[in-house]
Amino acid sequence: MTETTTIPTGVARVEHNEGDEEKRTVVRTQGVKKIYKMGDIEVHALRGVDLEIYTGEYLSIMGPSGSGKSTFFNMVGGLDKPTEGKVYIDEVDVAQLDAYELAWLRCRKIGYIFQSFNLIPVMTALENVTLPMVFAGLTSDESRDKGMALLKKVGLGERYSHKPNELSGGQQQRVAVARALANDPAVVLADEPTGNLDLKTGTEIIELLREMNETQGVTIISATHDHKMLSVSDRVVWIKDGQKERVALRKDLEIETVHVEGE
Amino acid sequence: MTEQSIVGGRTISLPMSKALEISLRSLKIRFGRSLITTSGIILAIAFLMSVWSQNEIIGSLRAAKRSELNLALQKNGVETLTAEGADVSVETQARLAEESSKQTWLISLSLLVCVVGIANAMLMSVTERFREIGTMKCLGALDSFIIKLFLLESTFQGLAGTIIGIFVGLLMTLTLALLDYGAFVFEYFPVGGILRSATAAIVSGTLLSLIGAMMPAYKAAKMEPVEAMRSDS
Repeated sequence: MTETTTIPTGVARVEHNEGDEEKRTVVRTQGVKKIYKMGDIEVHALRGVDLEIYTGEYLSIMGPSGSGKSTFFNMVGGLDKPTEGKVYIDEVDVAQLDAYELAWLRCRKIGYIFQSFNLIPVMTALENVTLPMVFAGLTSDESRDKGMALLKKVGLGERYSHKPNELSGGQQQRVAVARALANDPAVVLADEPTGNLDLKTGTEIIELLREMNETQGVTIISATHDHKMLSVSDRVVWIKDGQKERVALRKDLEIETVHVEGE
Repeated sequence: MTEQSIVGGRTISLPMSKALEISLRSLKIRFGRSLITTSGIILAIAFLMSVWSQNEIIGSLRAAKRSELNLALQKNGVETLTAEGADVSVETQARLAEESSKQTWLISLSLLVCVVGIANAMLMSVTERFREIGTMKCLGALDSFIIKLFLLESTFQGLAGTIIGIFVGLLMTLTLALLDYGAFVFEYFPVGGILRSATAAIVSGTLLSLIGAMMPAYKAAKMEPVEAMRSDS
């Protein structure tokens, strides 16, 4: 299997699947294992997971806590390195990157959305959105215009000058969505994005993410317990005991739901 | 170092102006905590400055070699030089030396306390900002950005604290000296010496806050971005 290791950086692998639809792989994991050492005991958080995530896809990773879901999610997001196996983000092997390149990857290629919003408290909504652009070297005029456009897109155009503590939870998460899209990332990682929100605002955030996915073609990977997420996901991956338990497409899920309801 | 480039001009950077803005704002918003840290610096520098300026003032008064002044100085337990005797006795020299070594000891002790205080306050500030730092790293911040922000913050604190401390210290000494020696203080006011002490105090205060912040800043910079993902709020 030299084919996978010789792929040059930046060249996408094109796959032909179901029908003749072309799918570009944006994240690929191969036999990813993660072993934590706790004293003398080895904890196998992941026991070899293979997964391909395609451009423009809305993927949900589900699984109970302790299933290795978070570990897998962090690997996919370039926040953690596997003990064994490979993770490719945009066909770049994450394990090969040095600290500077990793920071660059996080800045340009990945957008993060957190459960607890994680806006920088001393900055206004606009400054939060433009911070990744500042890191990426945009001038302040460019980043202000782009930041304002993004805030308008998430429905907060009027509140650009508000500090995070002057915004509601749902609004803060909207700012976080805009911030995640700041540098037109290849993937947006959402870690339990609705975990700290009530039902209604949670649904609104899910709809916003779906809308961004459909209109901007953003690839979204989210880790969640939230079953509302299932209905908008193109694909759902269940992780259990450090392994991929099941992968389901949305159409299969819909059939399942109908089936269950019919009984 | 704000910029570095890898293949094809892919850079990430944090311009100094932006870093300045962020760290100043961060100080302002955490005013309460900054005040506690800064007050440590203020006290240490006020002590330093009062000892130094007292030395300058007394030195200047002693150098005047006026009998009425010498009387006042002796009343306060200060060694004096007689107007007639050109050479200083060995005994007096020894006592002067002892006095100055005692002062050096006191000053270094107070500065040490000051550094420890700053390091402690900065460590606290790092700890309570784990998530913020992790988030910045997720957004693409380099270790050097974080170090820059923390060091800038503590430098500002150091500078502000030092300047206030200098005034506090000088004011204290001046008041005491005026009570003891009256208008003579102004007559023989050692402007050059006081300015020299103030400059030395600014340099040492700022340096101390930099030293105190180094270890915490390094600790913050080395933090893994995953910390931001931890959802215990």
